[in-house]
Amino acid sequence: MISVSGFLGQAFAILLALVLAPLLSGWVGQCRAWFQSRSAPPLLLPYYMLQKLFNKEVVLAHNASSLFRAAPFVIFGCMVLACAIVPTLSTDLPFAPSADALALVGIFGLARIFIALAGMDIGTAFGSLGGRREMLIGFLAEPALLMVFFTLAMIAQSTSLATIVETLAHREPVIYPSLAFAGVAFTFVSLAENARVPVDNPATHLELTMIHEAMILEYTGRHLALIEWAASLKLYAYSCLGLALFFPWGIAPGDDILALIAAIPLLLFKLAIGGFLLAGIETINAKMRIFRAPEFLGIAFMLAVLGLLVRLLLEVRV
Amino acid sequence: MTPSIPLSAQLINLFAAVILLLAFAMLAQRRMHSLVNLFALQGLALCLATLVAAVTTGQVHLYFSAGLTLLLKVVALPWILYRLVRQLNIKGDVEALINIPTTMLVGIGLVMVAFNVALPISELSHTITRGTLGIALAVIMLAFLMMITRQKAISQVVGFLSMENGLFLAATSATYGMPMVVELGIALDVLVGMIILGVFFFQIRDQFDSLDIRHMEKLKDS
Amino acid sequence: MPGLLSLDLLLVAAAAWLALGLIGLFASRNQALVSQVLFPAGALVGLLVGVTGIAALGGDPQTAVLVIGLPDLPFHLRLDNLSAIFAILLGLTSAGISVYSAGYFGKGDVAGLGTLCLEYHVFLASMLMVLLADDAYAFMVAWECMALSSFFLVTTDHKHEEIRDAGFLYLLIAHIGAIGILLCFGVMTGGAGDYSFAAMRTQELAPFWTSAAFLLALAGFGAKAGLVPLHVWLPEAHPAAPSPVSAMMSGVMLKTAIYGLLRVSFDLLHTTVWWWGVVALVVGLVTALFGVLYATVQNDMKRLLAYSSIENIGLIAVAIGLTLIFHAYGMDALAALAMTAVLYHCLAHAGFKSLLFLCTGSVLHATKERNLGKLGGLIHPMPWVAWLALAGIIAGAGLPPLSGFVSEWLLLQGFLFSPGLPHPWLNMVVPVAAALVVLVAALAGFAMVKFYGIIFLGQMRDPALKDAHDAGPWEKVGLVWLALITLLLGVLPSTVILRLDAATRQLLGAGLSDTLNEQGWWMLAPISAERASYEPLIVLVTIAVVLLLARWLVRTLFHGRVRRSSPWDCGYHFEGPRAQDTAEGFSQPIRRIFEPVFRMQRHFPAARDKQPFYSVKVEDHFWYWCYLPIARLANRISAMIVTLQGGRIAVYLMYSFITLLVLLMVARP
Repeated sequence: MISVSGFLGQAFAILLALVLAPLLSGWVGQCRAWFQSRSAPPLLLPYYMLQKLFNKEVVLAHNASSLFRAAPFVIFGCMVLACAIVPTLSTDLPFAPSADALALVGIFGLARIFIALAGMDIGTAFGSLGGRREMLIGFLAEPALLMVFFTLAMIAQSTSLATIVETLAHREPVIYPSLAFAGVAFTFVSLAENARVPVDNPATHLELTMIHEAMILEYTGRHLALIEWAASLKLYAYSCLGLALFFPWGIAPGDDILALIAAIPLLLFKLAIGGFLLAGIETINAKMRIFRAPEFLGIAFMLAVLGLLVRLLLEVRV
Repeated sequence: MTPSIPLSAQLINLFAAVILLLAFAMLAQRRMHSLVNLFALQGLALCLATLVAAVTTGQVHLYFSAGLTLLLKVVALPWILYRLVRQLNIKGDVEALINIPTTMLVGIGLVMVAFNVALPISELSHTITRGTLGIALAVIMLAFLMMITRQKAISQVVGFLSMENGLFLAATSATYGMPMVVELGIALDVLVGMIILGVFFFQIRDQFDSLDIRHMEKLKDS
Repeated sequence: MPGLLSLDLLLVAAAAWLALGLIGLFASRNQALVSQVLFPAGALVGLLVGVTGIAALGGDPQTAVLVIGLPDLPFHLRLDNLSAIFAILLGLTSAGISVYSAGYFGKGDVAGLGTLCLEYHVFLASMLMVLLADDAYAFMVAWECMALSSFFLVTTDHKHEEIRDAGFLYLLIAHIGAIGILLCFGVMTGGAGDYSFAAMRTQELAPFWTSAAFLLALAGFGAKAGLVPLHVWLPEAHPAAPSPVSAMMSGVMLKTAIYGLLRVSFDLLHTTVWWWGVVALVVGLVTALFGVLYATVQNDMKRLLAYSSIENIGLIAVAIGLTLIFHAYGMDALAALAMTAVLYHCLAHAGFKSLLFLCTGSVLHATKERNLGKLGGLIHPMPWVAWLALAGIIAGAGLPPLSGFVSEWLLLQGFLFSPGLPHPWLNMVVPVAAALVVLVAALAGFAMVKFYGIIFLGQMRDPALKDAHDAGPWEKVGLVWLALITLLLGVLPSTVILRLDAATRQLLGAGLSDTLNEQGWWMLAPISAERASYEPLIVLVTIAVVLLLARWLVRTLFHGRVRRSSPWDCGYHFEGPRAQDTAEGFSQPIRRIFEPVFRMQRHFPAARDKQPFYSVKVEDHFWYWCYLPIARLANRISAMIVTLQGGRIAVYLMYSFITLLVLLMVARP
């Protein structure tokens, strides 16, 4: 049954996500700067950005519709929900049954549709270009992500994220070769979904190849703040998801308060490493031409399918 | 689900899966240099798999074959390949005859076929790692596919070598290695084959000013 | 049982629809009466059908014999759980569409409103009779009435040649399908000559004939449903028909074909062979992929939706295939899961696709334009239609928390169990099929964003669009009703599935109700809560709460100031509406990635063109692969036969005479 401590843990996880997400983005930015031997921006830069944006007034295009104004809030809501579902500190989440791994992909898809539509709303060349490209990335990344979840669901005999993490973290350690495939595919998808370097560059405007930035060009003030915050929440959700699925050690099993407290520094440590690696990937890779992106994601999709096959053949039948 | 499998078998399975993953990566790779890197990595994974098998079973000749793999496939062959790439001045992308996602799609089909074909054979085997037989077969088929779909002669050689990796994996996984003599013979064969092919490359390039195998279509009688 | 049976009520409803149609025919002068009274009355009858269907669920089958038609061939009727579910679908969807039609046809620019009213209501009544029929004869009569009345509805605007062509094509394929169904029934009687379904249920057939019956049913009903390669009529007929008719055909009529397929394969044929499932699965996958890819490249909004219907029918066929496979191996609990996905997707698709078709109707009325390339920015003049269409596209893209996602979720859960199949190939290939299903669902999102973004968002591509008007009151009611169905199907899956359970139990002997009853009504966990669960209501409420909370917090902690200005767009201030993506431009990535799938004719501008233009025309490969060869063959054969035609009556008489002689000689006892 739903316990009080479960609820507290859940509320804490959401608050932690809201607080940590911009920090993670800041950390990745800092690592990137180090890698590229630039002087690093302050770690807390995303917070300053958010504060500045919230204080600024909103400048709306003349023909912005109500959908344009509602979209940042919807996207933010989707991302908060996603962060509530992903097991970060403990697997005892009252929200967990509300959406399993398949529904999580759906929630990300919902946010994607809204941001693509918002990009198209003003009717500028860049906006619709961004919307089209976002959907292009989406229709390739979504199946790959789902196939990764399929592989995991077959290992854990469940699509519930909490159960999957529970299975992977707290059972006799078994090496699953299929996870190698799923892990690579998941990394590819995360890079694409979070507008990271081989596919998109989060740090540029005014580049003909931009995707995410092209859609949100017209956003200002609090709307932009929410979208930026949602983007960092998405990065946080994906990072935590990756950590929980492929490096699940240390996540508290139930409503054990001590384990939960112990999980916090471990999570911070894992996120720091993850952010560092992400910055590394972004530094050693060049951004692809936009039409290499489908190939990149196609490969991710194939790898995920292959992971499924390996799971079905190698692990079930031995 | 399968907690009864000993750790060593799990490790061998993992390395087998990594070899398959690398085979796919080679299929998807456009750059010549990275292709050779991947080949070296594949050799390393193979070496580790053999080493695990050696430690588990305590058979001495498996240690030898692990060492041989390391020497030959991780150090010697990649080095020769790098030299070839540099000397032949191969730059830029490897041109594939079919686009890469399609190739991978075909690859997935081949994996399914390989796994199914290998299933009855692995039933016969009694080793703990017989599950990897399917993977080994898949690696062989993928290497074949790479040889079919690539245009540059050198990537075909890499495909050929990768195929040998698959055969070696099959041997280790199904029967814990072949007799030492056979292994040494194959190793020598591969090395000599590589050197001869290297010579051929220079000949081909002198002849056609290119390593594109499509030029060889002109060699037929007509 | 005392009082009126549900079956009787449904018959009364069918009769009421017929009566409304006849009144409409005779009162065709009085346009106001027809549109403002008869159509709403039809909607009420639809509501009655829906409510009766819900009441009939879970009860024993009711039968009746109707003594009309030929002597000694009375109509056998039967209402069981399967018919009831499709009656609910028909009733509730048609209620929304009929109300909408009251506004749509009431605008006074429809010639022959009386005949239209007759055809429309005959169409409704015949669909109901298809669902109730309990013998092949009644079924075929109702089926043909349905095909004919819908043919006339498609050709409402028969002054245009392409509409006549579309109607002809539709009629042709409908009849090819009808032949398949007829033969299927013929096979199932087993030569006993008893055409009632009751007799077919007890008929023991040889395995060959069972399979033949299934394949004939798949082809016959597939032609009506739009399975590849018999789908060609769909993208022609839907744009040709008036929008409420398209909505009805896509939302409801395609489902009668699914009903027929379910009826034949799970009720009338009592054995199931595993490869039937594989056939259905493969055909479904091809259909779904084909449909969604073509949907993304369409420039006509109704055509886009028509292809999207093909995609959805494909997904339903995939689910049917999965059900058949599970059923053949006796895994009935899993078969029930897949069957629930079939029924749920039928309901969901009926709701959101009719909603979207009706939205295109409103757009069409307001702008007289079907071409996506000339629309844009309609969310400003038409906020109602735009926001309701948003619900439609979210459901159509298969995203939570609306209806389309529930069925896709159920289907994927079914696929997750397929590795447990006892067949060595199937347990590997079937899970991989799930990858394609997911790809289809994701591509549907692309098509839906294109549909919505190009029509409703952006700058108006034509200045005249400013004068577009929003939907009228009747239309709004219809749209809201369908959007409500979409929302409720989305957020209350457990409640709905407990109703669907009666049908899966009847057909498969298993259902999901045991596990669902253990959990709360807000929770959907078909197997167990640990295995998988989905609570759409929580998802919806959470997003809404976060949304409102964020808005409130931002406004209290900071401010809510807004200033309007020109768009920034990286400083390119001179961009007009033509700088936006066109419909062609939006789908360019798809055309490029999936190039071999399309048959494209492109014209690129050259560097020195005085009037450069770009055009792309995407055509269906199947025309060239399947239909044109047949047409050419038919032409050649008829050219040969023409030589027999002398034009003199004596020669014709001689032909008859020779035929008679030959027959007399051959057909001796």
